[in-house]
Amino acid sequence: MIRVHLSPRWIVIGLLALAIVVMPDPIALAAPAEQHFRIEASRFQYTPEAIHVNPGDHVTIDLIATDVVHGLYIDGYDLNVTADPGQTASLSFVADRAGSFRFRCSVTCGALHPFMIGKLSVGSNDLLWRAIGLGALAVVAGIWVIRK
Amino acid sequence: MTTIELTRNSIVKATLRSRWPQLIIRAIALAGFVFVIFSGLIGTPVGNRNFSIVFVWIVWWALLMLIVVPFLGRGWCAVCPIPLPGEWLQNGALLGPRKKGFSLKRKWPRRFRNIWLQNIAFTLLALFSAVVLTQPSVTGVVLLLFLITALATSLIFERRAFCRYLCPVGGFIGLYSQVAPVEVRVKDPAVCAVHTKKTCYTGSQEGYGCPWLVYPGTLTKNTNCGLCLECLRTCTQDNVALNLRTFGADLQQSNGRKLDEAFKAFIMLGAALIYSAVMLGPWGALKTAAHSIGTPQWLMYALTLLGIVYVILPGAFLLAVVASRALAKSKETLKNTFIAFAYALVPLGLMAWIAFSLSFVFASLSYLWPTLSDPLGQGWNLFGTADVAWQPYLMSSVPFLQAGVLIGGLWCACVTARRIAREAAAEKQQGREVALRALPVMGFCFIVTAGLMGLLIG
Repeated sequence: MIRVHLSPRWIVIGLLALAIVVMPDPIALAAPAEQHFRIEASRFQYTPEAIHVNPGDHVTIDLIATDVVHGLYIDGYDLNVTADPGQTASLSFVADRAGSFRFRCSVTCGALHPFMIGKLSVGSNDLLWRAIGLGALAVVAGIWVIRK
Repeated sequence: MTTIELTRNSIVKATLRSRWPQLIIRAIALAGFVFVIFSGLIGTPVGNRNFSIVFVWIVWWALLMLIVVPFLGRGWCAVCPIPLPGEWLQNGALLGPRKKGFSLKRKWPRRFRNIWLQNIAFTLLALFSAVVLTQPSVTGVVLLLFLITALATSLIFERRAFCRYLCPVGGFIGLYSQVAPVEVRVKDPAVCAVHTKKTCYTGSQEGYGCPWLVYPGTLTKNTNCGLCLECLRTCTQDNVALNLRTFGADLQQSNGRKLDEAFKAFIMLGAALIYSAVMLGPWGALKTAAHSIGTPQWLMYALTLLGIVYVILPGAFLLAVVASRALAKSKETLKNTFIAFAYALVPLGLMAWIAFSLSFVFASLSYLWPTLSDPLGQGWNLFGTADVAWQPYLMSSVPFLQAGVLIGGLWCACVTARRIAREAAAEKQQGREVALRALPVMGFCFIVTAGLMGLLIG
């Protein structure tokens, strides 16, 4: 059993963890802008494979399927678009949620279809940096606080 | 260590001692397993519409990694259908006392009484996983090979040698079962010591001797206990119990640590990193390389995978262990320190696989509904769900769950590393020395965790 005492060290660690979780993002927000991307979908990748926008940007994605029918579903935004071979389909939205989101093919396109994935980054990835910060804190606690 | 004996309850004990419930579950599982092979071989070649792919690699995998292994350890092995036909031939019975049976019942070769063959088998599966996981006919053939190999092994060797020494899935379940909060243990080893018949190992009218080639009287870890409960049935002294215990209790055991298990930890951790990049990352070239078996790109992928799991990860960890020994001026051998500290990677690896599985499973689970209605791709609509469209579940929450799971895994790894550091510390060494000893290993765990975070939520 891990014996946990509510010692001053634990309180410091708890406060640091709280600070990491609630600390505001220091990166200044850019003014919203129009962002236009042309994404080519072919089995089993998107080109470009990752796109970056700022929070509040108005984003338009032109999806071009180069071989078979492909789709583009954005996790977290729950948006979907499909494109026939050789055709372009468009998707517009306001990037109002910050973070890193996978987009994935929504139309069965072959063996690796479930793994046809791209990445949309909206602003900085706070979740990642906070998680790494908490991980570092876990190591500090492991060294500084745990006695047994 | 706190434990609660579940078998103290007479109803629980009677249910577990009866062979019927377990056999019924295994028989149903065997029927399902044969159907999965059948659907893989003759069903639609479209992976995410084929019952074998969806049921095995999404549903079964989700149940295994998110529920069974963390909470029940080798619970799957207790009901696994794969060895059932071989056991029946070997024992000449499934319910009653053992008969003559049909097997040479040879001893497993001494040099292979470890999990190196399981390590190799898992690595081979990992090399071809992009094909195995996506092409139904390949999944069908692989599962059929499991069944045939288990049967052949039972016909030649005694007991469940396939499960103990060959099964690539059993290898990692055994490693991670050390974390699970259940265990089968004897209540009082002194009772076993004076019990000359050892019916738990030799068998009796009530059941078979331990199929896992383990003498329960000296069992201290879950790794090789298949939770089959034969010892509970055969013990004439009422000295075997199924216990609830704290998570990770086996990791506190300093005895029985081995190099093959240490490498299993590296293989699993490395595979979690590689799968996260190849399957869940945005790099199409990596996916194509992993899928193009036999091409130069695949060869590069295979060499990279082998290099990471067998050289780079263990090599980096070795450097951390060397630093640990230097900081603490340890007199313990490098090999022993390396093996001992590798067990800190067990909770980290389990949590890495849980984090990987969360995103993979919730993104793909909705493929289940059409395949349930049309498991063979014949245009059926058995349950009216054949036309249910793909819809990922909980994708807004999954990254937060993954972050929490990975941080939890790192924390458990740090606690385990600290405990292991304390084991080898001299009596006079204070907390500071113990912390210094554990620090490089914790640093290694942190770097791996940060890498996983970058791949999964970055």
